[in-house]
Amino acid sequence: MSGSPFALPAVIVVTVLTIAIGAYGLRFSRTTSDFLVASRSVSPRWNASAISGEYLSAASFLGVAGLVMKYGADVLWYPVGFAAGYLALLLFVAAPLRRSGAFTLPDFAEARLGSRMLRRWAVFFVVVIGWLYLLPQLQGAGLTMRTLTGAPYWVGAVVVGAVVTVNVATGGMRSITFVQAFQYWLKLTAIAVPAIFVLIVWQSGGLGTLTGAQPPTFDEQTQVRVDTGVTVFVEDPLTLRAIGRVDGTAVDGSLDWGTGEHEVGAGTVLVFPAGAQVPHISGLPALSGETWAAPLGSGGGSRDHPLFATYSLILATFLGTMGLPHVLVRFYTNPDGRAARRTTLIVLALLGVFYLFPTLYGALGRLYVPQLLITGQTDAVVLLLPGAALGGVLGQLLGALVAGGAFAAFLSTASGLLVSVSGVLSTDVIGRGTVRDFRRAAAVAGLVPLVIAAQIDRLDVSQVVGLAFAVAASTFCPLLVLGIWWRGLTDVGAMAGVLAGGALSLTAVLITVFGGELGGWPGVLLAQPAAWTVPLAFAVMIVVSRLTASRIPPNIGRRMLLLHAPESLGLGRGAPD
Amino acid sequence: MDPLTTEEGRPPQRVRVDLAGRTARRAAARQELEEQTQVGEVLIRGLVRAQLALALSLAGVVILLLGSLPIAFALFPALADVYVLGLRLPWLLLGVLAYPLLYAVGRLYVRQAERIEDDFSKAVGTES
Repeated sequence: MSGSPFALPAVIVVTVLTIAIGAYGLRFSRTTSDFLVASRSVSPRWNASAISGEYLSAASFLGVAGLVMKYGADVLWYPVGFAAGYLALLLFVAAPLRRSGAFTLPDFAEARLGSRMLRRWAVFFVVVIGWLYLLPQLQGAGLTMRTLTGAPYWVGAVVVGAVVTVNVATGGMRSITFVQAFQYWLKLTAIAVPAIFVLIVWQSGGLGTLTGAQPPTFDEQTQVRVDTGVTVFVEDPLTLRAIGRVDGTAVDGSLDWGTGEHEVGAGTVLVFPAGAQVPHISGLPALSGETWAAPLGSGGGSRDHPLFATYSLILATFLGTMGLPHVLVRFYTNPDGRAARRTTLIVLALLGVFYLFPTLYGALGRLYVPQLLITGQTDAVVLLLPGAALGGVLGQLLGALVAGGAFAAFLSTASGLLVSVSGVLSTDVIGRGTVRDFRRAAAVAGLVPLVIAAQIDRLDVSQVVGLAFAVAASTFCPLLVLGIWWRGLTDVGAMAGVLAGGALSLTAVLITVFGGELGGWPGVLLAQPAAWTVPLAFAVMIVVSRLTASRIPPNIGRRMLLLHAPESLGLGRGAPD
Repeated sequence: MDPLTTEEGRPPQRVRVDLAGRTARRAAARQELEEQTQVGEVLIRGLVRAQLALALSLAGVVILLLGSLPIAFALFPALADVYVLGLRLPWLLLGVLAYPLLYAVGRLYVRQAERIEDDFSKAVGTES
């Protein structure tokens, strides 16, 4: 679609650099502890860059802009929630979690409550959330490769999957710390520099206003190639040229479209005249600039009960971050609890700066690349906007820069997820946590989502990520918060809560992703489940713990001491560190 | 910079010169904590309660400031048409100002939480 001749080289450079830095780190990775948590010797600034680099995934780099382009003001809650999740993590989890001394989430569950059974379920949900989150990364890679080079969808997914699996299996986490820290700064540069250029072009007499009374129109004659068959809805009748199949018949030439739905076959090329209103993919309302810019105009994609959907989304993202396995595993690399807090604070700053930019792409995309609304694949807006707005060699170079940044996003998040998933697999399922077990686990952990991702082409990147947040918020969030702050939590209560929240949110996820379209309350309750599954998980955990109060661990006071007293006192841990 | 060392490097271990009485009191407090006596219980409960109160109150500030926005926009749609600094109010608040707010609250929290820990350390042992 964009055909920037520099895009592919940029992607290759990013990939090679990632492997090279990983190989450099390999020289230091000797023991198992090195592999898993970089021997806990990473300074807050490096750690914060690494956490941010790992966290800014396909959803942040491509998905947020895509959602903003489609839905407008309502989805601004996605990036705000992605960042605010770190505040919740800072306030309730960061320091005590580090002080618990556990390596992984299942370690924490077992150390706090002493239950092997709970540990096993924690392992299960780490793997589920990890794979759920890996899928959209691989798909984002597939989409990017197809947008940039026209390569089949699976090529990008396989490239990212393979690079990451090999890198993690050979280098472990210490090398990943270098890689991730590098990735944050690369991603920030890649999204900020082109954004500033585009903004300057728009301000100096570019294309009109964002908040007009009409849905987006083509500002010049525009050719669109439809890769996958699509049904579009046309509001204003228009005349266009088409080569391929439209409404079931072969066409080659001029075509009149009346108001209503039209079916466009795969591989069809459409040429729209300047000034025509942009048809939208069926199901996506054609919003005027006014409605798009106003809150609760679109309901963030859920047409019914937008207020409920908004609050549910806020809850999922605010509380889900602390339950993401690849986020938590990084806190063990801090030297102590205070460093964990300071690291999180720096992360808040780094994310805050980054999230200023995707919104800009989404908004300006409505002016410069409105044709993405035809296929609904607005996730590509970040990739295509620089080329469309600037043109010439500069546009191509900046387009290559964002392409490199996007690949950095897939590589880094996928690496982090893979490290944490293979971490728990190697200690709990496949072996006993030796370096060799870790390598084997990494191969398994990388292969499974790769196979699934190659099967499903048209899953919405941001939606799946949002659902992963909902599952994390309904399982690990109550476990962590209650485990850290409430003495009364018991192993049975924790397990009941994790299972109730996990089963319900996971069911909602599966129905939303694979089931049919549901309207009204059932639809919104399943599409944005956090608002009811999270309180429910908390309630079940508290009530069942109360009922089984005799099972409160006998040395609970000592465990609370360990979690909350500064390490330098050496309290609750036998001897000072 | 070598990322594997702390920024400042490690300062040499400090040797405490202290009045015998204070050291003895602290040693006693430490023992109370380690042995889970009632005095130790009170100390640790106090620490946990203070940290939780701090975290909850700051979370409350954020919930009040950010969480009220969707309702406010729903009740007063006219807010969406207010322009500040060339941006519509919802876009300015959510797209830009939310991030400095989150950072400011986080910063305040880190400072206060460390203060609570320092007080606890002073009560029971060597300051960190």
